Amino acid sequence: MVSRVSRVLVLLILPILLAACGQSAPREGVVLGMQLEPPGLDPTSGAAGAIDGVVYGNVFEGLTRIHQDGSVQPALARSWTISADGLEYVFHLQPDVRFHDGSLFDASDVKFSLERASAPQSTNAQKGLFVPIEAVEILDPLNVKVVLKYPAGDFLFNMGWGDAVMVDPLSAPHNGTIPVGTGPFRFVDWHKGYAITLQRHDAYWGAPAKSAQIQFVFITDPAAAYAAVLAGDVDGFSAYPAPENLPAFEVDPRFEVVIGATEGETILAINNARAPFGNLLVRRAIAHAINRQEIIDGAMFGRGIPIGSHFSPAHRAYEDLTGMYAYDPSRARVLLAQAGYPDGFTASLKLPPPSYARRGGEILAAQLAKVGITLRIENMEWAQWLDQVFTNKDYDLSIVSHTEPMDIGIYGRDDYYFQYKSAAFKTLMDRLALTNDAAEREAILRVAQRQIAEDSVNGFLFQFAKIGVWDKRLKGMWTDAPIQGENLSEVYFER
Amino acid sequence: MMPRLSASFVIGAALSAIILLAALVSLFWTPYDYAALDIAARLLPPTPSHWFGTDHLGRDVLSMVMAGARNSIAVAIVAVCIGMGLGVPLGLLAAAQRGWAEESLMRVNDLVFAFPALIMAILITAVFGPGAINAIIAIGIFNIPVFARLSRGAALSLWTRDYVLAARLSAKRPLQISLEHILPNITGLLIVQGTIQFSMGIIAEAGLSYVGLGAQPPNPSWGRMLFEAQTMASFAPWLALFPGFAILFSVLGLNLLGDGLRDLFDPKSRRGVA
Repeated sequence: MVSRVSRVLVLLILPILLAACGQSAPREGVVLGMQLEPPGLDPTSGAAGAIDGVVYGNVFEGLTRIHQDGSVQPALARSWTISADGLEYVFHLQPDVRFHDGSLFDASDVKFSLERASAPQSTNAQKGLFVPIEAVEILDPLNVKVVLKYPAGDFLFNMGWGDAVMVDPLSAPHNGTIPVGTGPFRFVDWHKGYAITLQRHDAYWGAPAKSAQIQFVFITDPAAAYAAVLAGDVDGFSAYPAPENLPAFEVDPRFEVVIGATEGETILAINNARAPFGNLLVRRAIAHAINRQEIIDGAMFGRGIPIGSHFSPAHRAYEDLTGMYAYDPSRARVLLAQAGYPDGFTASLKLPPPSYARRGGEILAAQLAKVGITLRIENMEWAQWLDQVFTNKDYDLSIVSHTEPMDIGIYGRDDYYFQYKSAAFKTLMDRLALTNDAAEREAILRVAQRQIAEDSVNGFLFQFAKIGVWDKRLKGMWTDAPIQGENLSEVYFER
Repeated sequence: MMPRLSASFVIGAALSAIILLAALVSLFWTPYDYAALDIAARLLPPTPSHWFGTDHLGRDVLSMVMAGARNSIAVAIVAVCIGMGLGVPLGLLAAAQRGWAEESLMRVNDLVFAFPALIMAILITAVFGPGAINAIIAIGIFNIPVFARLSRGAALSLWTRDYVLAARLSAKRPLQISLEHILPNITGLLIVQGTIQFSMGIIAEAGLSYVGLGAQPPNPSWGRMLFEAQTMASFAPWLALFPGFAILFSVLGLNLLGDGLRDLFDPKSRRGVA
């Protein structure tokens, strides 16, 4: 009796042991690590950068696409013509394009997608992209005319954002869970809390993806990310979360470390509507008290470029304003005294989870303490941060990276969480929207950068680096991140 | 004659004394300011000028470990006091009253006892916000049933003793008997249990800080030091080793001390003695 039971037990346990001992089967395709799991998969109704990180350019495509050098390239629109007054864009669409569910992509989908995104009840996170659109007219199934209310200089770039991708009326309502697009990969499945799998779409209209499968594995904990890369559980991270580990990867011949630029301006967000931060002298005092290099060294282990305004150093129109309020604690104390706070004051600093914010917050608190400003640090999760700081504006100070490209326009939004209200800045943004001439746009952008720096709206810290870490055999990954998300159709694993 | 002190008592007392001493000294002196950042001197390995090295923000790890001892001990002491202060009276009351009072008290106790303490502590600090005070309350609440059960059980066995019977015959009220005859006789047990709970409080505090719900920066805490050291353990192992050893030695020391104290208070349970 006993022996029979034990024999059954052995039979039950043996396969498990064998499976545990056996070598894992060779992986198909590419496995990429991501720190944050997207809340949904519909890029047209969510602000989370992780959504674009998975689906942009892979599952969904727009009329145009942003290449990794930041240039605008044709996508679902193979070409376009712009009227002389800059008010009419005629997009000539790719023929024979089908969505992953088999339905045909044509001009009616363009009209549907653009009108859906710009509708009053639209949940699009970047509705500003669609504001210039007056009307969308179907000329024939492969030609569509977009009429603008005013010339919008960056309209083609904006149509390349993840928020402006083309969707099908049939599948659009379900894109949050089962995304259906026209891209080189189709969605296979999503194990919540673990991974999302995409598979090459064989009927893709363009050059087929080089990899049969892409899997995104979500690893929140930086220490686990380090272990996963070392153990080969993932082939790499497009945005590796722990800069302190880079020296270890750099000397390891198995891995490649690629440092590029992102559009992520990391700032000390200041609640301009709250005392004492409404006082310009206080904000300038804070600016003088910040030692940017110390924050970059301490929080990012030296990876990051100091910025003096909310603008990417990689952009042509970038103006170096880091010298406007150089690190000068004694000047900061003088300004605080002038503002009526000779003994400083106490404020809270609410920090989201990433290490740049947590570490940066501790360094910043020590720097501000030197000029008499005492910061109470409150660490919080992303959901809490989005609710308290971003949505309800219940905060004094915070640290966060703004990863959207060309997002200086947020300073013109009264309802934005900085609560910065400047008629002059809004006028600048209105002028920018109406300007098509490249040189003139650049000039306006420079004035805008200078204004928010002079008003010291926020503490401007550093431009976030794109830290890529991957297996040397992984090819085709992007170096820079000109937008949220990257096209992975060129990525493959060399065996 | 004083009973011979056991080895575990001596080792435990020594380890506990070292940690306690470090915490006391840190009140008025640490080698460096534990909150002072020095980015230029970050990640220095242990040297004569920084015995335990420096962390990723250039803070002196020895100073942080010392100040962290203060934090751990303060949280654990107050938590044990909460547990004893509420648990012991409840246990004595239950033993003295019997009947429905005992039943209802002990069943509520079981209810609290049934929840995994750390999970509930996480819940409490998540609802009322992270911080040392909330960590103390959370850990303290879960010490209550431990002491209530212990004192009730011990008191019940004492209630059958002749001297208690004598006290009852002399018309003393149950409350008076509990205080005058029962409590002094279970003190030894309570001290032993208190020592054990103290060490568990240190672990719980480290656990809460590790997940970010304990003491908030810049107040140092061993658990958070471990968390921050995680990604750097491969190239700066001293960041994880020293707070790790601090937790290990304080918990080990307190447990050995508890064992030694039990031997002292209850000679019958001493090994080797018939």
